Amino acid sequence: MSSQASGAEKETALEVKGLWVGYDKHPALEDVSFSVRAGEMVGVVGPNGAGKSTLFKVILGLRRAWRGTIQVAGMEAKSGRHLLGYMPQMELVDWQFPVTVFDVVMMGRYGRLGLFHRPMRKDRDAVLSCLEQVGMQDLAGRQIGELSGGQQRRAFIARALAQEPEVLLLDEPMAGLDAAAQHDFLVLLDTLRQQDKTILVATHDLSCVATSFDKALCLNRRVIALGSPRDVLTMEILYATYQSHLLLVNVEGKIYASHK
Amino acid sequence: MPAISDPLASVSRFLLEPMRFAFMQRGLLAVVLVSIICAVIGTFVVLKGMAFIGDALAHSSFAGVATAFVLGANIYLGAAIWAVLAALTIAFISRRAGVRFDTAIGIIFAGGFALGIVLISGAKNYTVDLFSFLFGNVLGVGSSDLLLIGVTSAIVIGIIGLLYKEFLFTSYDPTMAAASGLPVGLLQYLLLALLGITTVVSMKAVGIVLVVAMLVTPPAAAALLTQRFHLIMLLGAAIGVLSSIVGLYLSFYARVASGAAIVLVATFFFLLALLFAPRGLLFRRGGG
Repeated sequence: MSSQASGAEKETALEVKGLWVGYDKHPALEDVSFSVRAGEMVGVVGPNGAGKSTLFKVILGLRRAWRGTIQVAGMEAKSGRHLLGYMPQMELVDWQFPVTVFDVVMMGRYGRLGLFHRPMRKDRDAVLSCLEQVGMQDLAGRQIGELSGGQQRRAFIARALAQEPEVLLLDEPMAGLDAAAQHDFLVLLDTLRQQDKTILVATHDLSCVATSFDKALCLNRRVIALGSPRDVLTMEILYATYQSHLLLVNVEGKIYASHK
Repeated sequence: MPAISDPLASVSRFLLEPMRFAFMQRGLLAVVLVSIICAVIGTFVVLKGMAFIGDALAHSSFAGVATAFVLGANIYLGAAIWAVLAALTIAFISRRAGVRFDTAIGIIFAGGFALGIVLISGAKNYTVDLFSFLFGNVLGVGSSDLLLIGVTSAIVIGIIGLLYKEFLFTSYDPTMAAASGLPVGLLQYLLLALLGITTVVSMKAVGIVLVVAMLVTPPAAAALLTQRFHLIMLLGAAIGVLSSIVGLYLSFYARVASGAAIVLVATFFFLLALLFAPRGLLFRRGGG
């Protein structure tokens, strides 16, 4: 009986209600509320300073909210945090550090291992299976600085997967990838979505959101809109989201967007 | 006269001769221990660009040395308390007060060192003692010094061993480490405190001025030879130990300052690594 319930309406994977966050006294997010269902892939779009990274950091517990609640898979954020997988902006990663791909992915296990505990056989097996999922098993022994852009992102997706997440938070994962690598990356995200992973991607690439994502969350300190890209990525909403930071060109009924 | 023609006998005599002296045995054990903990902590120092802070803690702890000296208290204790306080103050100032990290280091560095000089220069016999603190006096290591170095080394290595994966994770990616629920701030303070303690016990062996070389040079040489974190630590320790032994013999036979001799040998190994490492200067163009 219970298996039928999962048919039409999936459960809520992430729910944010009335969230206020700020630096000093300046709010970075104002009264942000939205919810995402399990298995959805959501593009979080907005100009620089819109609060995309801040939103992820609050969900991850790296910043404290002024007020508001966050629930992960129906649990309060604190107890649901182990269900989150995170991939930081690639430009913030120290690529010179002497660790291998395997080491980096193993770090995804540390949260579950807890203090003092050393990785066991099952952790190593989990790391290898995560690397296999992203097609990186042959590069496990490579130093991370020796990877191509696409491989770097796969390694960090594998680390996020090693956290055994229900919800993945990816901060600008496609920035700096060429078209082919970007396509491969989207194929990878699609296979994860088919495994019912919920995926939030902060991105500047509106056309990619339009073609490959289930939903777009337009953010500029407040939630401007959340819905299917077709409904949400309109001239009106994009102007409201980006204000003066975006150049929109309407060519024969199609909208092309670029950043100033 | 024993046979000069037997090379094996003369080599073993060369090696054993200095060890007839108890102070040389203690000195050797001291520098070996010091070079191991310096390399272990120094690996983090090198990879996180913390060399300046290691140097600062050593110099600043001179104020603790001087205070203890004037009060007639235990010098190590004075230096250790000061070094740990300095480390925490630097971290606290830069985290909370909006002063840049390197600026905070510079202030604590020079302020503590100056206080030390003022206190010592007001005391009697200051030239002799000043010299031994600044440049080390490994041959003056007593049994109680050795015991202290041994216990401290065990504690430092024990803590690093116990929290190895946590220190590695926080050093590499503090954001993700915090998101995984690790107490990142606490771990960073703890690493700084261990760095402070390490510089203090190394003081007797190589002196305040040269401690930074023991922290930085061996792991930096190792980092040119391998790309794995734990191997840099192990190889760095090996290079440090070798430098210490060679340097100590050098100082015995050439009658030069032991701390400086050890540091010079380590520098020589670093230059070798720089030239001949797979990614070193000589092979940079050819290697892939």
